[in-house]
Amino acid sequence: MRLNGTLNWHSPEGLVRSVAAKVGQGARFCALFASPEAAGTRLLALLSHSGTLVPEATMVPEGAGGFPTLTAATPAAAWYERRVKDLFGLEPRGHPRPDPLVLPRRPGSAPPRPGWGQPVSALPPDDPGAAPPAACPGQATGPLELDLSPLPAHVQGEGVFTLPYGPVRSGVVESVEYLIETPGERVPHVRARTFYKHRGMQARFPGLSLADGALLAERYEGVASVAHAIAYCSALESIAGCQPPPAAGLVRVLHAELERVANHLSSLLAHTEAAAQAVAAARVATHKERLQRLRAELCGNRFGRGVVVPGGVSGPPLAGAKSLLGPLTRLQAGIRADLELLMATPSFVDRLRRTGVIAPSLARERAALGPVGRASGQAGDLRSDHPYAAYASLRPPASPTRTAGDALARQQVRQEEMESAFDLARQALEGLEELGPTPVGGWRAGLGAVTGEALGWAEAPQGELFYLVDAVQGRVRQAQARSASFHNLALFATAFPDDIFTDFAFIEASFGVSIAGVAG
Amino acid sequence: MPWLTRGLREGIVTTRYPHRPDGYGASFAGHVVCEPGALGAEAEAAAAACPTGAIEVGRTGARLDQGRCVLCGRCCQVAPRWFRLRPGFETAALSREALVVPESAADRRAIAQAREELRQRVRALRRSVHLRHVDAGSDGSEEWEIAALTGPIYDVQRLGIFFTASPRHADVLLVTGVGTAAMRGPLRLTYEAMPAPKAVVAVGTDAISGGLAGGTYASGTGVASVVPVDVLVPGSPPSPFSVLHGILLAVGLVGERQREQLPGKSRSEEVAG
Ligand code: SF4
Repeated sequence: MRLNGTLNWHSPEGLVRSVAAKVGQGARFCALFASPEAAGTRLLALLSHSGTLVPEATMVPEGAGGFPTLTAATPAAAWYERRVKDLFGLEPRGHPRPDPLVLPRRPGSAPPRPGWGQPVSALPPDDPGAAPPAACPGQATGPLELDLSPLPAHVQGEGVFTLPYGPVRSGVVESVEYLIETPGERVPHVRARTFYKHRGMQARFPGLSLADGALLAERYEGVASVAHAIAYCSALESIAGCQPPPAAGLVRVLHAELERVANHLSSLLAHTEAAAQAVAAARVATHKERLQRLRAELCGNRFGRGVVVPGGVSGPPLAGAKSLLGPLTRLQAGIRADLELLMATPSFVDRLRRTGVIAPSLARERAALGPVGRASGQAGDLRSDHPYAAYASLRPPASPTRTAGDALARQQVRQEEMESAFDLARQALEGLEELGPTPVGGWRAGLGAVTGEALGWAEAPQGELFYLVDAVQGRVRQAQARSASFHNLALFATAFPDDIFTDFAFIEASFGVSIAGVAG
Repeated sequence: MPWLTRGLREGIVTTRYPHRPDGYGASFAGHVVCEPGALGAEAEAAAAACPTGAIEVGRTGARLDQGRCVLCGRCCQVAPRWFRLRPGFETAALSREALVVPESAADRRAIAQAREELRQRVRALRRSVHLRHVDAGSDGSEEWEIAALTGPIYDVQRLGIFFTASPRHADVLLVTGVGTAAMRGPLRLTYEAMPAPKAVVAVGTDAISGGLAGGTYASGTGVASVVPVDVLVPGSPPSPFSVLHGILLAVGLVGERQREQLPGKSRSEEVAG
């Protein structure tokens, strides 16, 4: 969706009113993007209103120091505003709890304002003699100052203690710290500190060629490389006003759906391990490895990297329907059979049932996304709501919803999504077979030296993914991603009201977020 | 009971590497190599096309730093005469210099020294090895590849390799990610908590050089400035087989692959100049 000329501009107060009014009329709060500009910081709130995406913007002038919070009226904005505070130094005035989330700056120190020029670093310089990069207005000019001391506990009372879990945790997992504030077995409060993995991705995009931007997008949230590349590239294609050729759309669907299955298997694997179902875990791990190998057969990379490029795809798949349909069908049958047995194993199902419940009303208020949202009654799937790639030409994906809102419902949703993903992948393979080795329109369209700003999207395995990309003369001026992992992890703390500590691993597995996608 | 029979139904799926070669691993595009004497417009064009600046064209020929390469394949398309994807997964190396190909004489000496130093240190570990993993700012994919090693297909337990939660029981530290500002402290603490002798394996291009995501105000350019790295496993991400090769290399159970070499006299300074 091209943005130039379509933004609804407001004053900072006007933005709060407009967003609250639209949310009151049933709109869903999708995201809040922040971009550094010469005049100040542009905040762009994205809403989904009666099936249309509505961008609402304000410019917070340089020196204003803050902006009135959206969170009081729109709770789903809470994490976004904490991010804006960390990275842009703007105080969301009236925010209930603006603690550091992605960058724990020392209070009062200058922010990095990523996305415009290269900010100074919080790291020791590689070359101590080098001159620091030129700062943009309001940007830190001395080294970034971080404060990594523990946060004060929010739960107070006799016998309440804070248990830090992380950032280095047991097992081979991503680094994140959960502060578990508990008076014993019950878990009244869990807070996620995600800044350990903050890589400053928004600062890395400016100046890249369009093709290099796609490679970087693939590494934003590496387990959803394909979705990220699709969302980033479709933003560029909107700017250029071009459509990728039909064959490229099918290749994108093929890779995106296999990526979905891989992620859902990863979530299932974490569940089976948490439940100590050793044989089931071994079976799921084998399915996942076979799938990764099939993905590599298609493109030489186990994560589908290098396939999606601006304007289309890098070329035809390295393997076709003839060699892949058989293994895919066998894999699907194997997964289905194991899931049937697993979902009939009481010692497994009982651990998931009524664990980590998110009530549909809360899921609605916080606009929960992807399988987490769908398990709590929130329909919505970009593949059918705003079709991209070749989705419009295929049988629509099944986006099942449940209302139980527990880990079991999330697992059931993922199970059905896997079936539908296999079906879509098969349709894409058959479609490619029909188009033949030299399809009409080829594999990619030329974009030229594009200039403009647009929003691109994809339904990642974790849920709705957006890229906001601004390009000048065929180079990236600014780009930023909003992963469903970021949006959904904000709900994690609410999933614990009745659960004992031992349910933690199940709730985490059922959220299926990637911390890289949260920290940015 | 049904799970037991299901477990048996598959038969043996486990690879026999490193005792026997593995067909799948060998067909994998493992790393990009550069022919000695790569010069001229084509080599220059390849260097310009590289998204991570991994290729440097010197006087006697281009050299490619696999520690920065993200395997995008562009150089191989631009200059197929000089650069090609080489199949095989034994990509890990014992020093930063060893990842720059073709290898120079000066690098050869440094590599031999690193190899001997590590061999002395890890002699005590060989029978069973305990691994601890720390994510220092990865994109999340390296964790999948490392975790795959404990699954039935790789089954590293058969080789006496185990993952442990406590750094105090760990011999080998696997580090992923660019080395973010906030992970430097926890990574250092984990390393210090491990008893000697110990070895560190940097898993992935990000951990070696920062890769594509490195070099911002909060992301590092690899983890070597935080912990002493013994073995480097390039790749974005490296496949499970490559990670396994790196682990076996760290404990001295396998050797490095044979590298392309520059003619005897050349020195890395000359090439870089
Ligand atoms: S394959 Fe590696 S060396 Fe070649 S262009 Fe890509 S990143 Fe650079």
